[in-house]
Amino acid sequence: MTKLTMTVNGRSVSGEVEGRTLLSTFLRENLGLTGTHVGCDTSQCGACTVHVNGLAVKSCTMFAQEAAGADVATIEGQAAADGTLNRIQQAFQDYHGLQCGFCTPGMVMAAAALLKDTPKPTEAEVRHHLEGNICRCTGYHNIVRAIMAASGQDVAPVAAE
Amino acid sequence: MPKDQGIGASSKRREDVRFLTGTGNYTDDINLMNQTYAHFLRSDVAHGVINGIDTAAAEAMEGVVRVFTAKDFEGVGGIPCGWQVTDRHGEPMQEPKHPVLAEGKVRHVGDPIAVVIAESPELARDAAEAIDVDITELPAVIDMKAAVADGATKVHDDLTSNLCYDWGFVEENREAVDQAIQNAAHVTTLELVNNRLVANPMEPRVAVGDYNRANDEHTLYTTSQNPHVIRLLMGAFVLGIPEHKLRVVAPDVGGGFGTKIFHYAEEAFVTFAAKAINRPVKWTASRSEAFISDAHGRDHVTKIELALDAEHKFVALRTDTYANMGAYLSTFAPSVPTWLHGTLMAGNYITPLVYVNVKAVFTNTVPVDAYRGAGRPEATFQLERVVDKAARELGMDPAELRRLNFIKPEQFPYDTPVAVTYDTGNYHATLDKALALTDYASFDARAAESKARGKLRGFGIAHYIEACGIAPSNLVGQLGARAGLYESATVRVNATGSIAVMTGSHSHGQGHETTFAQVVADMIGIDEAQVDIVHGDTARTPMGMGTYGSRSIAVGGSAMVRAAEKVINKAKKIAAHLMEAADADIELKDGQFSVAGTDKSVAWGDVCLAAYVPHNYPLEEIEPGLEETAFYDPANFTYPSGAYFCEVEVDPGTGKVEIVGFTAADDFGNVINPMIVEGQVHGGVAQGIGQAMLESCVYDDNGQLLSGSYMDYAMPRASDLPMFEVDHSCQTPCTHNPLGVKGCGEAGAIGSPPALVNAVIDALHRGGYPVDHIDMPLSPSRVWNAMQSVK
Repeated sequence: MTKLTMTVNGRSVSGEVEGRTLLSTFLRENLGLTGTHVGCDTSQCGACTVHVNGLAVKSCTMFAQEAAGADVATIEGQAAADGTLNRIQQAFQDYHGLQCGFCTPGMVMAAAALLKDTPKPTEAEVRHHLEGNICRCTGYHNIVRAIMAASGQDVAPVAAE
Repeated sequence: MPKDQGIGASSKRREDVRFLTGTGNYTDDINLMNQTYAHFLRSDVAHGVINGIDTAAAEAMEGVVRVFTAKDFEGVGGIPCGWQVTDRHGEPMQEPKHPVLAEGKVRHVGDPIAVVIAESPELARDAAEAIDVDITELPAVIDMKAAVADGATKVHDDLTSNLCYDWGFVEENREAVDQAIQNAAHVTTLELVNNRLVANPMEPRVAVGDYNRANDEHTLYTTSQNPHVIRLLMGAFVLGIPEHKLRVVAPDVGGGFGTKIFHYAEEAFVTFAAKAINRPVKWTASRSEAFISDAHGRDHVTKIELALDAEHKFVALRTDTYANMGAYLSTFAPSVPTWLHGTLMAGNYITPLVYVNVKAVFTNTVPVDAYRGAGRPEATFQLERVVDKAARELGMDPAELRRLNFIKPEQFPYDTPVAVTYDTGNYHATLDKALALTDYASFDARAAESKARGKLRGFGIAHYIEACGIAPSNLVGQLGARAGLYESATVRVNATGSIAVMTGSHSHGQGHETTFAQVVADMIGIDEAQVDIVHGDTARTPMGMGTYGSRSIAVGGSAMVRAAEKVINKAKKIAAHLMEAADADIELKDGQFSVAGTDKSVAWGDVCLAAYVPHNYPLEEIEPGLEETAFYDPANFTYPSGAYFCEVEVDPGTGKVEIVGFTAADDFGNVINPMIVEGQVHGGVAQGIGQAMLESCVYDDNGQLLSGSYMDYAMPRASDLPMFEVDHSCQTPCTHNPLGVKGCGEAGAIGSPPALVNAVIDALHRGGYPVDHIDMPLSPSRVWNAMQSVK
């Protein structure tokens, strides 16, 4: 077992891990941050996406020890301290960009990474960026719309009648 | 103007906040004090005799608590099947035992042989590798037709063959259908495969067993769509635990799509083992494990023949289907190719004579059961493909051939020749709606533009019917169901007027916490925020059958309406007493009870308070309190329908298909929350397109699963799909449930595969490639090869 320390959502945390302990396991089991989900074992689904030093990373594909000393951001740190959703989270609710919610943390973290580098993405850019995040519920239609809306672009309201 | 509350409003989902902030409570998020971890050692061969299992080395490893094999389950029941189909000769289906852990033989890759329980998941996995299993491999039975040929190796030695049943429907029509087809002016024939799929909810299955020795109580936390069904099946048939000693909790569940309906061996195992070791036991599936242990879907091979008269009216339909059951009968497997499939073969059409034959077959593959749509996508795919082919053969517009044969709006209620009665529908309306939305009239101009860019453009039409809101218990009982299919709800009003609704339905993404609250709030005229929905826990909700078959709002919603009506009726009596008026004169509107024709009124909250503080109360007539329960058993299925149009471009150089437009015009009857309904259609269409273009579950001849992970099984990605145009403005409300609702969960997965395949076939014909059919998924290589075959 190795002791490690990292910053998660602005707070310094430490724990003891095996060499094989994944970052996703460390977050979920050691820190109790169960918002980061594990949906596959081949790095395809992206439900475990977090940010490590500002970059979107699939936390099931990184050993916890590789993140020693790093600055890690997870879904639990995205809303304001008073619970107010950030603009991406709020857009996902406003545009019904989630159903079962299991892929959602990874989608929100992936979207945040996209909008940091590409503040006004096209629909094609959003779809391309989500290549590594699988959703089985929404058909991506409303996820794409939510991300476009979060970027400040005009999107028709849901269920326009 | 859109409503902002209640029935018909696109209320934002309240459950979203916890899902968006990482504070959901999925089963894998549950950890209990002193918990252990289970790892299943699964067969890596498809078929074999177990000569011996040596667990000594594993048991000696550090951190191992105990190793279980089949011998630990002597006296424990098998995993039961919930539906018995009777074959065309009046004989019951062949029903093999499905042990919790393999007894003597393994019958598919993934069949569990032994389980290690250890102090951590890693230690359990390491120890499982130290178990030595001596297996003599047997020939694997994979192809369905070979499985029922003479001399085939048997999956189950104690059965007479690999044929589970040979079902005929409507059996009395068999000869008349043969005769009609023989004498018909035109017969269109098609042979097709409905490809095997894996449901793949994003949350893999998880089960946590807990046992309290002091009071002999078991708790199972599980990723289920129907916790009461699991309690009944597991308690009564597998482990012999009476219901009052067994609580089943299905908390936040990350998608189901059918595959989380069924009772699985892992649930029984962790419940059993938690008592055996007197510690909690947790099992979490990996995705690879899900591929070899979750029930798969579809997997039909069909020949369909449609007979038409000289005026192009349908006269008879005959189908011959082989349906894969896999190695064991999953919970509702026998019903899927029979009663959920044959009864829909009339589609939207007047077809006087229908005969459906289904041979269900055991193979050395993972069990197959309901997946989104369950039987209805298979029926719709056959029918809408053969109708399209008939139109082409007859030189008719495919929309016109459909219109010519549609059941007319004035013919409802309509008795089909396949035992069901459609209460309402207007297929002409949905077809016309979709035609208008897609600008069908200008398709030729778009096709010419595509051609100028070297692409082949095609237009595909499908029209579907489905049976939802399952189901009348007395009817399904006659058809072999070993369960009732009612739903339940308790409406509990608190003293200050807020409400908790305990529903037997279960949300795993559908948004019941929002929509169900909209209904009750609307009925009383209070704010939606005053109503909370409780589901997914047998200790908190009345006995309910759960969510599948697009039944939640139609059956569960109806139970809730009935319970709320009882509450309102009682509240009116209390209000009448408070206002010294007659019960019959009390009206409820916007949360105020008033006496008709007067200005007297009393608020909802005051009546609720009086019910719990009954100082001024008609105690001699009614009891204090305000809480009612209702069980609702539907009088019929509901019958959503719709027109699904797909427009594609095919690259003739590569065979790659691109979807350039997808339109769904559905009739769901009344709609509670349009935003959520549209989201359900989006997701269903995505799964249907996935089936038609990308997904396929493939076994090799030895029974090895070649598509066993997301590396090999093509899940639809964002870049594979277009934006969808969805419309639900054509509404013929259901006549037999109180909300006039039909259900919307499965429609998208039912209507979209034939629309897409019809579009590709249309594109190829227009481009000079007269291809009759390509089996799904329409990968570039399949499309390209089909084109070369007709060059």
